[in-house]
Order: sequence, then structure tokens, then C-alpha cells
Amino acid sequence: MVFIVLFALSVISLLIGHVPVSYILNMEGNAQVLLVVGRIPRLISILITGMSMSVAGLIMQCLTNNKFVAPTTAGTIDGARLGILISMLIGVSGFIARTFFTFIFTLLTTGLFVMIINRVKLKNTTLVPLVGIVYGGILASITFHIAFEFNIVQGVNTWLMGSFATVLRGNYELLYVSLPLLVLSYVFADKFLIAGFGKDFSKSLGLSYNTVMNLGLVIVSLISSTILITVGLIPFIGVIIPNMISLMMGDNLKKTLPIVAISGAIFLLICDIIGRLIIHPFEVPISVTVSIIGGTIFLFLLIRRPKHA
Amino acid sequence: MIKLLNITKVYEKKEVVKDLSLEIEKGKITALVGENGAGKSTVLSMIARFMKVNNGEIMLDGQSIRSIKDLEMAKKMAVLKQMNVANVKLTIRELVELGRFPHSKGRLTAADHQAVDQALEYLTLHNIQHQYLDEISGGQRQRAYIAMVVAQDTEYVLLDEPLNNLDMRNSVNIMKILRKLADELGKTIVMVIHDINFASAYADNMVALKDGKLIRAGTVDELMNNACLNKIFGMNCNVQDVCGDKVCVYYKSS
Repeated sequence: MVFIVLFALSVISLLIGHVPVSYILNMEGNAQVLLVVGRIPRLISILITGMSMSVAGLIMQCLTNNKFVAPTTAGTIDGARLGILISMLIGVSGFIARTFFTFIFTLLTTGLFVMIINRVKLKNTTLVPLVGIVYGGILASITFHIAFEFNIVQGVNTWLMGSFATVLRGNYELLYVSLPLLVLSYVFADKFLIAGFGKDFSKSLGLSYNTVMNLGLVIVSLISSTILITVGLIPFIGVIIPNMISLMMGDNLKKTLPIVAISGAIFLLICDIIGRLIIHPFEVPISVTVSIIGGTIFLFLLIRRPKHA
Repeated sequence: MIKLLNITKVYEKKEVVKDLSLEIEKGKITALVGENGAGKSTVLSMIARFMKVNNGEIMLDGQSIRSIKDLEMAKKMAVLKQMNVANVKLTIRELVELGRFPHSKGRLTAADHQAVDQALEYLTLHNIQHQYLDEISGGQRQRAYIAMVVAQDTEYVLLDEPLNNLDMRNSVNIMKILRKLADELGKTIVMVIHDINFASAYADNMVALKDGKLIRAGTVDELMNNACLNKIFGMNCNVQDVCGDKVCVYYKSS
């Protein structure tokens, strides 16, 4: 069922755009080039981003044992952004080197967040995301301070607006890094679940808590930094998709992780299609549609379930 | 057998457990009793290896627990801390399945499923096994966690205040189950418990701690007397024989 929906949406995504649908269907003109260079890479990057951002959110929520933590609410994305900026300024050259630098920076800032919330004695469910938001704010203000100094505020701002409009063959392939990570997440799903119960619980079941925690951080940081570099910031997915699935099917990660991944892809695809149709033939940036649709759902979740929150 | 040899634990420059030596009998229920802050939970945590020992040695069946690998340990000893009310939405069965992790590492075999079924049966949870943990009562939830420990199928079981927040009926229910685990399955159970009369009625042995030091260890009969309890709890206790159990009356103690 889900796969049929996903497939149908994918076909729609390939068909809509500036060029009339009949062109694509009949392979007229340079339809083939259009598909191979533009539409298919765009579709693939949406699918990968949707899947990996929601899985990254799921893992973070599990490891921090808090439903409102995700790369966008815990400073991970802000850390990645600061990482990109610094790598540019200190002249880390080469795409791979810069990506790697950003990843390491993201890993450090995310690790620091987890350390901070482990130190906070009062583990209130609202306090943890609050700490995350404050922490992200601090990182963001450092980023903007540096950006002001070097007069590149606009450049930094564009990373805030995630967009798939610029995805073309040749500039999105970094996203494939996420695929093995998704497989790895699935393999470790039950270990993440146990780690979510805490250090002592893990130990009594013979699970190395620190190893699982570190692996989770690496996965989340790699996913976040590669996505930020390639498509930019996509808000909310990491929070709403895992929460929706958790409400419907619980938290048994081995069972829910694939569903979270697919749902994330479907959600992002829908947002992208809507964004491309509203002011056709122009586009609304996807972060806008995601914010509006996702934000509404998120608010609904907050209001509906104070008990589990 | 669990053997503690001259255990000392220092926490924030304070000795919370001082030179404690102790033997915990196999196949029996041992209750750790004492005032708040006597060091009972600390001792339990050290046996479970949640905390490191500063001085001394803890031996499990003649082997130092420091030399046992985590996974091996998890097959020998199951630990349940004061109810882990994790923010996780799982069904009872899914929770109990986690207990099989040390054996299956996540990939449940037919034998694992059978062990889970048995544990659910043992705690009469099979009828509600697909309900979520946040939808059931506190007593049922505690039984679910104990079912997980049963599914882990270990010789040793450590429990930190298993009766915490339970009403009378559920407390009796849990204690009866623990008794069955010791009698029928031969498990060695060590628990921290505050209700001295529950300890008296269901445990075999008692270990009394005060200020991190051992006051007395022995059978329930040896410890359940006025002089001994007065010393442990620092208040006047009046032990009576009621229906074959030794019951301590202390509610209006001066």
C-alpha cells in the first residue's frame, strides 16, 4: 500500500513542471535529458532526504528519550551550519575535505548537546528541547556573528532555506552517503531502543551503551551534515514523522523504523509537489510548504498528547 | 553464590559503604533492609556493576565480577531498578522480548519466542500482552518488567524496591511471584525493600545495613526481634508473632 502511494507520488513528481506533461510521456524533444539531469536527481534527493531526516530524528528521540528532539531542535543543524562556515573561512579546500570537516564539527556539537542534557539533573520533557533550542540559538548567533564580520550573511541565510530546485545531476550525489546509514540504523534499531531506556538498563541487558550512543551520534551527524550541504535545512520532518508513527504504532524501532523512513519520503514528496503546483510554473521553496504543513501537524501533536509528551 | 569482600564505596568524599563483607546464599531471597541512605541501593548497584567498587572485590560463583564480560553477565544476572518508566511506547510483549537480548542479540529465534510466552504466562500477562505499557495499571506494569527479567532467564535477579508505589494487593501479588521464582525456578533473588514485614513474610535471609556498615546478616528469624530491629532502624520496634509470621509493629513507636 505505502509503496504504491510512494510510487504514484514519484511518478507525479517526475511529470509536473514547466514542460507540458505530454512532452515527458511521449519523450518528445529533450524530455530524456530533462528527466535524467533534473527530475530524477530531484526525486531521488527528495526520497533520500525525507527518509534520512525522519530516521535521524527517530534515532535522536530514542537516544535522548525525548519525543521533541531532532536534528533541527537540538542544535545539530546549527552546528553543521557553523561547521560549513568555518570550513570555508579557514580555507579547507576540496569538496570531500569540507564535507568531512563539517561532519566532524556536527558530531562534536551534537555530542556536546547530549553531554549537556546528561548533566542536567532535571530531565523534564519540555526542558530538553528547550535546552536544545537555546543551544542551537547560541550556535546560530556565533555563525551569524562570524558571517557579519565577513559580510556573507546572505550566503548563510540561503542554507536556511532548503530547496530541491537546484538539484541537478552532479551536485546531489553526496546524499547517497545516507543510504548505507539507513541500513545501519535498521540493523541497530533494537539496540537504539534498549539504549533509550538508559545506561543501567542497557548494561543489565549486556549492551554497550556508549558504543550504541556514539554510533547513533555519528549516523545523525553524517545525515544532517550531508543534507545541509546538498539541499539545505528542511525543518520539522525529524520531529513530526517519528511522532506520528509512534502515536499510531508505538516505539518498537525494529518494526517502525522502515515505516518512519517511507513516511518521511512520502511527506516530503507531497510537500514538494504542492510547492511546485501552487504558483505553477514557479516554485514555493520546500522549506515553506514543509513548515506550514509540518508546523500545523506538530502543533496538533503538542496539543493532542500532553500525557506522553 | 555472590560474595562481597571488604567493599568500600566513596561518593563525593563520603564513604557510603564501609568495609562490607557479605555472602548471599544461592536459591534464596535475600532482603537488604535499613534506613534511607544506609547504602542498600549502592550495594545493589555495585553488584550489578552500575557503580565501580573503590576497594574490595565482588565475586560471582567464584569469579571476580570485574573479569566478566557484559554480555556474559547479562546471561547470569538480571537487574531491575526502581521502575523504569521510560518515555517509550511499547507493548507488554515487546518489553518482555527485550529480556531476550543477551541471548538473541535482537534476532529472536523460536526458542526466544517460547521463553517470552512462558514468562508472560508465568506472570499471567498473556491475555493483555498486546496492550501498551502506558495503558495498563502500575501493578501490571511492574509485573511486565518482572516478566522481562524472567524472560532474561538468569540465575541471579536483583531488584531495587520492587513494591514501590504498589497497593497491598499488587504488593502481595509481586512477592508471591518472587517467592515462586526462587522456589520453582531456583533463582537467587536479592532485593532492596523498605517494608520490613513484607521482607519478614517472604524473604529467607536479611542483610541489615546502617551508615554503609553491616549491622547483621542472617535468616529472617535471626533478625526479626526487638533488639535487632531497634538497632537497625533506630526506633522502638515491637515484633509479634501473627499467623505464623513475625510482624513488626512500629507505627506508634516513640
